[in-house]
Amino acid sequence: MSDATVALTAPAEKPVRFRGGGFRTRPLGIISPIVFVVVIGLWELGSQSGLIGKLILPAPSEALQALLELIETGNLWKHLGASLQRLIVGWTAGTILGIGVGLAIALFSYVRAGAQPLVSAIFPIPKIALLPLFIIWFGIGEGSKIATILFGTFFPTVIATYGGVDNVDRTLIRMAQSFGVSWSSIVRKIIIPGAMPAILSGFRISIAIAIVLLVAAEMIGAEFGVGAYILLAGSLVATDQLIAGVAILSALGLTIAWLIGKAESYLLRWRT
Amino acid sequence: MEIRLKGISHSYRDGGLKVLSDINLSIREGEIVCLIGPSGCGKSTLLRIIGGLELPSAGAVLQVGDPPPTSLNPLTYVFQDFALLPWRTVEGNISLALEDHPIGRKMRNEIIDGVLARTNLTEFRKAYPRQLSGGMKQRVAIARALSVNPAVMLMDEPLSALDSQIREILMADLIELWCRENFTAFYVTHNLAEAVRLGHRVAVLSRRPGRIREIIEIETPLDQRSADSPELGRHQQHLWEMLRDEARAADLELANV
Ligand SMILES: Nc1ncnc2c1ncn2[C@@H]1O[C@H](COP(=O)(O)OP(=O)(O)O)[C@@H](O)[C@H]1O
Ligand SMILES: [Mg+2]
Repeated sequence: MSDATVALTAPAEKPVRFRGGGFRTRPLGIISPIVFVVVIGLWELGSQSGLIGKLILPAPSEALQALLELIETGNLWKHLGASLQRLIVGWTAGTILGIGVGLAIALFSYVRAGAQPLVSAIFPIPKIALLPLFIIWFGIGEGSKIATILFGTFFPTVIATYGGVDNVDRTLIRMAQSFGVSWSSIVRKIIIPGAMPAILSGFRISIAIAIVLLVAAEMIGAEFGVGAYILLAGSLVATDQLIAGVAILSALGLTIAWLIGKAESYLLRWRT
Repeated sequence: MEIRLKGISHSYRDGGLKVLSDINLSIREGEIVCLIGPSGCGKSTLLRIIGGLELPSAGAVLQVGDPPPTSLNPLTYVFQDFALLPWRTVEGNISLALEDHPIGRKMRNEIIDGVLARTNLTEFRKAYPRQLSGGMKQRVAIARALSVNPAVMLMDEPLSALDSQIREILMADLIELWCRENFTAFYVTHNLAEAVRLGHRVAVLSRRPGRIREIIEIETPLDQRSADSPELGRHQQHLWEMLRDEARAADLELANV
């Protein structure tokens, strides 16, 4: 009955509604420079018009002036050089030790049983709290600063490394064993490359921690260094210099992130 | 070299669920023995035991006679999921199996050239696994297995992850390879068509605890078997009848856990 009437009138056609979009981000390369320019432009306008008080926040142009001055007097290289040296030495040593200890924890049951609780206990301590202790141990000079950075870098690297090794595909290891591949070859050719993605994302975290600790350490008893420069500027209420120092840190962080990105795309070029 | 399984039983934990029970079987030189059984009946376990990756709770795997002196890894696996290193090219993946042997770079390259040619992979030498289809990946895994000149190949559902067209093609490749080289293989599968096409003998494993229900012998030479031959059809039907009840019972068992 009603079936027959339905069959006689042609059913209405309409397109199926698309509902698959929404969660994919598109690369829009021009947006980020625009945001940058707009934010700084508004800030400059606010300062020029007196809306933003000079003492509270200097105009970007003044901060730029301070930066240029820093370059002209050659002080930039003194400060940046001192900072970079501490950062590179501390971070490299912390990373090498961290990867070594992380591998040992991942590969040897005894080391894991012994060291893992220790790592878990020390990892959450803000390493800055240990700086006074390091000053007592290693002196107020370079030793304590490098030790702080080293220590801060070490723990996240350990955790990233053994987490990465734990996640290496077991079937690959079993395959290698079935071909009689030696233990050391398995570590070098399967475990380390397999853990590399995790280790490299650990780098991003450890370098951020290292920069925080660098600045904090330089605020105690350092003649040169970006942290010392910022501290001095702050105590003289030279906010333009202060902002210039902060901009240097930002540039430093961005440069390092870019370098890690380069390292990732080189070392992980086998990934899609 | 021949492999003989003597009274193999296995449970993963002491006193735990028995996975394999009193398996007796031999794999003769130049022969492909297929093992079929419902999933979870212990096929992979048995294969791991044969290759020395797992210790059986009871019984022994015996190697009768010596492998040829040119064999670098007498018992060599081909895995269902290929197990290729994503960070190495085709050539590098094969090289991995050879690098720990004292054979020198030149020899190694010659071996790699050889197995790539035998598996029609020469032009993919520099490709990374992610660039290859599933069938190609398994071909690389087979090339890697051949590179160490195994006395016995232990194949764990090597074609199960592939679609049916590619499976057919690779099956034909394996048959051709066997006709040329007479390799010895223990071939685990749950696909009856594969078993009757590739096996000189087919062993049927019961549901857990896996024990051998029957071993059938298929007389037709490998290169004369075709998918629609009545003899293979009869064998397949017979195997299916045996397996159907096991599979149904195994299915219910899992549902009850
Ligand atoms: N490493 C393991 N530890 C404990 N139980 C396992 C392990 N591997 C397999 N099993 C169990 O043993 C039984 C047989 O497994 P498996 O040999 O993989 O079967 P099949 O390959 O025939 O599907 C399954 O019930 C599985 O859950
Ligand atoms: Mg299996």
